[in-house]
Amino acid sequence: MKKILTPAFFIIICLGTISLLVRYAATHNVAVLNPQGIIAHKEFSLLVTATLLMLIVVIPVFILTFVIAWKYRAGNTKAKYMPNWDHHHGLEFTWWAIPCALIFALSILNWNSSHDLDPYKPIASNAKPITIQVVSLDWKWLFIYPDQRVATVNYVEFPEGVPVNFQITSDAPMNSFWIPQLGGQIYAMPGMNTSLHLMADTTGVYDGSSVNISGRGYAGMTFKAASVTNADFDQWIKTAQRSGHYLTEPEYAKIAAPSENMPATTYALGEPDLYNEIMMKYMTPGAEMTGMVMP
Amino acid sequence: MKILGNLTFDALKHDGITGLTVNAMLIGAPIAFILLVAGLTYFKRWPTAIGFVKWLWKNWLTSLDPKKIGVMYLVTAFAMLLRGVADAAMMRAQQATSVGSSHGIVSSDTFQQVFTAHGTIMIFFVAMGLMFGIINLVLPLQIGARDVAFPFMNSASFWLYVAGTVLINLSLVVGQLAATGWLAYPPLSELAYSPGVGVDYWIWSLQIAGIGSMLSGINFLVTILKMRRPGMTLMKMPMFTWSVLNAMVLVAFAFPILTATLAMLALDRTLGMHFFTAGAGGNAMMYVNLIWAWGHPEVYILVLPAFGIFSEVVATYSHKRLFGYTSMVWALGAITFLSFIVWLHHFFTMGAGADVNTFFGIMTAVIAVPTGVKVFNWLFTMYRGRVVFATPMLWFLGFVVTFTIGGMTGVLMSVPAIDFQVHNTLFLVAHFHNMIIGGVVFGYFAGITYWWPKIFGFKLNERLGRYAFWCWFTGFLLAFIPLYILGLMGAARRLDHYDASMGWQWLFIVSGVGVLFISAGIGFQILQLAYSVWKRKENRDTTGDPWNGRTLEWSVPSPAPYYNFAVLSPVTERDPFWEAKQKAGSDRPAKQKYEDFEMPKNSPMGMFIAAFAFIFGFAVIWHIWWLVPLALLAVITTIAIRTLDDHSEYTVTAAEVEELEASHAQ
Repeated sequence: MKKILTPAFFIIICLGTISLLVRYAATHNVAVLNPQGIIAHKEFSLLVTATLLMLIVVIPVFILTFVIAWKYRAGNTKAKYMPNWDHHHGLEFTWWAIPCALIFALSILNWNSSHDLDPYKPIASNAKPITIQVVSLDWKWLFIYPDQRVATVNYVEFPEGVPVNFQITSDAPMNSFWIPQLGGQIYAMPGMNTSLHLMADTTGVYDGSSVNISGRGYAGMTFKAASVTNADFDQWIKTAQRSGHYLTEPEYAKIAAPSENMPATTYALGEPDLYNEIMMKYMTPGAEMTGMVMP
Repeated sequence: MKILGNLTFDALKHDGITGLTVNAMLIGAPIAFILLVAGLTYFKRWPTAIGFVKWLWKNWLTSLDPKKIGVMYLVTAFAMLLRGVADAAMMRAQQATSVGSSHGIVSSDTFQQVFTAHGTIMIFFVAMGLMFGIINLVLPLQIGARDVAFPFMNSASFWLYVAGTVLINLSLVVGQLAATGWLAYPPLSELAYSPGVGVDYWIWSLQIAGIGSMLSGINFLVTILKMRRPGMTLMKMPMFTWSVLNAMVLVAFAFPILTATLAMLALDRTLGMHFFTAGAGGNAMMYVNLIWAWGHPEVYILVLPAFGIFSEVVATYSHKRLFGYTSMVWALGAITFLSFIVWLHHFFTMGAGADVNTFFGIMTAVIAVPTGVKVFNWLFTMYRGRVVFATPMLWFLGFVVTFTIGGMTGVLMSVPAIDFQVHNTLFLVAHFHNMIIGGVVFGYFAGITYWWPKIFGFKLNERLGRYAFWCWFTGFLLAFIPLYILGLMGAARRLDHYDASMGWQWLFIVSGVGVLFISAGIGFQILQLAYSVWKRKENRDTTGDPWNGRTLEWSVPSPAPYYNFAVLSPVTERDPFWEAKQKAGSDRPAKQKYEDFEMPKNSPMGMFIAAFAFIFGFAVIWHIWWLVPLALLAVITTIAIRTLDDHSEYTVTAAEVEELEASHAQ
């Protein structure tokens, strides 16, 4: 009996803490499990399906481990003992075949979801998509609305139910652009242009951040992503355009200089081609643009 | 020209906790040294001290005996484990306290150096050290050989590993370490964004240790292929040997990639080239591909030998043949092959197309098949066995639980669209700690406990070992289950600060408590070691076969003689020692015919090569240009001198062996 005490003590600590943790998570916003956009919804249900598929193997493994270990403990001399029994084609076939079948099912899921949820793939919708260009800087996010002639820092706003086409680059080390409640991340890299298509279901304010170490101020690279009604969005754009606070090249140089925890700021865009200029800084003189910059 | 390059007294200046530690060391070390010298003089103990140093030099530092080298690997790796855990504790303390208006215990720059050090040290200097330590200790014995294929190269590899270890720890005192994460992605690791010596320390400590690892890989590959006991065909090799063979194939193929990648980054930083810079035609994405083309096989290099250890442990403690030997071999082969075509899953988020992502995603998930097969075979090795729950078996059962959870989250992340949501978050951190602590570390602990008597001649205390296991296991779950939840809550890895509104703090606190449990586990291990050494007479292994073992290493006395085997009699079976015991009923045949054989002489040259390599690295890091060619020349000269030495072996006569064997028999 005494032998059981140590394991029991530690197992109770583990199980108790884990159930408390689950309870804690249930009362807090677990972003990935609380999707608010079409992409995040699909990614969440994929997560659930794949987890269930995996449990088909994982649960039997747990049960088998403890049943076999207990039954064939050295103290149990009644159990069968066959020291030379070392292979069984049927059994081995089973545990090659079942994982193979599961992984095959998962592979189909993998292929379909990878294509369906490709970040470069535009979201089908009746609403006209909006393009937002994203530049990661030391250590802040710059958002450029080329069509609306507006720019913001550490804050991004877009209308609900409208596909947003994010064009992403960096004028600093690599970062990763992520708004978990709306969908998965993609890297922001200097001299490269990546794409991410997201769409919010309803209005709301969501947390966004960088998910790739980029230096001293990395932890402060958070921003709010606000999904608002069409009317509110138009109003916000108009206010920004009329702010008289222009984002020009000298102003951009100021923003791009390393600084931490810059407050959310809104500009009228004074330099419509700013995004391409930022990317072109990294191009080798004479190199073709095609191939390195995606349309 | 500055005689010391960029090295000035400023390199010794540090802030905060690092400053305190460094100042304590800078002041403490000379005082300790003076006290030692004064004490030795006052108490007239110089002869004892000199005797100790001579003993150390003769029996350990210059030894080419793989068993001795193995022990030195373990000692170094354990010292580094303490450093790595201290780094982990600092990270946990920072993240538990640095919330809202509080900024925790260290600055963001220090924090970033700490997690870089943690990752780098744990992988290169703890896991690799433990792995090569155990391989050195066990492999030649297990294949029935007297030595490795290249005994001197083995010593050089070890000392290069030590040189790397010293170099990376030196960065704590002189200068600083990279603040880039353990894989130092450019452009962050390029001169433009990391102008200090931190990244250079990282490059050169890994480069020097990495070359050591590559040489070790080649050494053990050749040892397994060429030095096996007659009759031990490939399909009769013990499973640990098979796993090492596969791991060493990976080392031989993967480490050259690391060497080349680090060299290119060094050229960028030191000579102003543009392999990976953001501009001037450099391509950072190339670096990310290359580093993971090494980095992914690297995790299998670490975990395959752990699989091998579990195969030995489970069979021995179940007193039954390993189930599905052929399946196990093919599973190892499949994992080895697949591990080279999955590297892109570390960066699905870099924007490759869906086709490319899917290919690498499916290949990744496929690895779960052979791995799952191995788990089932271990379980069915216990089935119809007589399972003794010694400490190594506890590590095995703990491994099955943690590794299965980790395997499941790993397969989840192999689906690119899921990975987009958890990549680079604490979910990922929890996943790979599941694999590396639950798989690699638990495996190596099992192996060390299992083979301990063979090396030292006495068993480790079981009760303290069990306490250590339970603390580690509980601590592991407490430290990493919260990280899964944190990742899903949107917590990125490597954050030195976060907003109170995120609601993450309690989870970080629980995770910190987990680290306390793990520290208690390490405390019990130290206690176990000390207590077992103290009580070694009571726990002496007089038979050479304390666990009723199956493979050749248990057929020799404990501790194993320096020549391992007096007679190299051919083997005919898969578990030769077990079969011999079944047939004969007695452990060893009575009368042997001995012959003369040759063993390598001790040599300090490996240590010298590594010392010059260390000086070379240090000189490049600090741009002490006059020293660079001198150090390089010294390395080459030392290698040449050793290579031209024709008298590197001596003969052990049959009479000596007979005498030693007779003394063991008593």
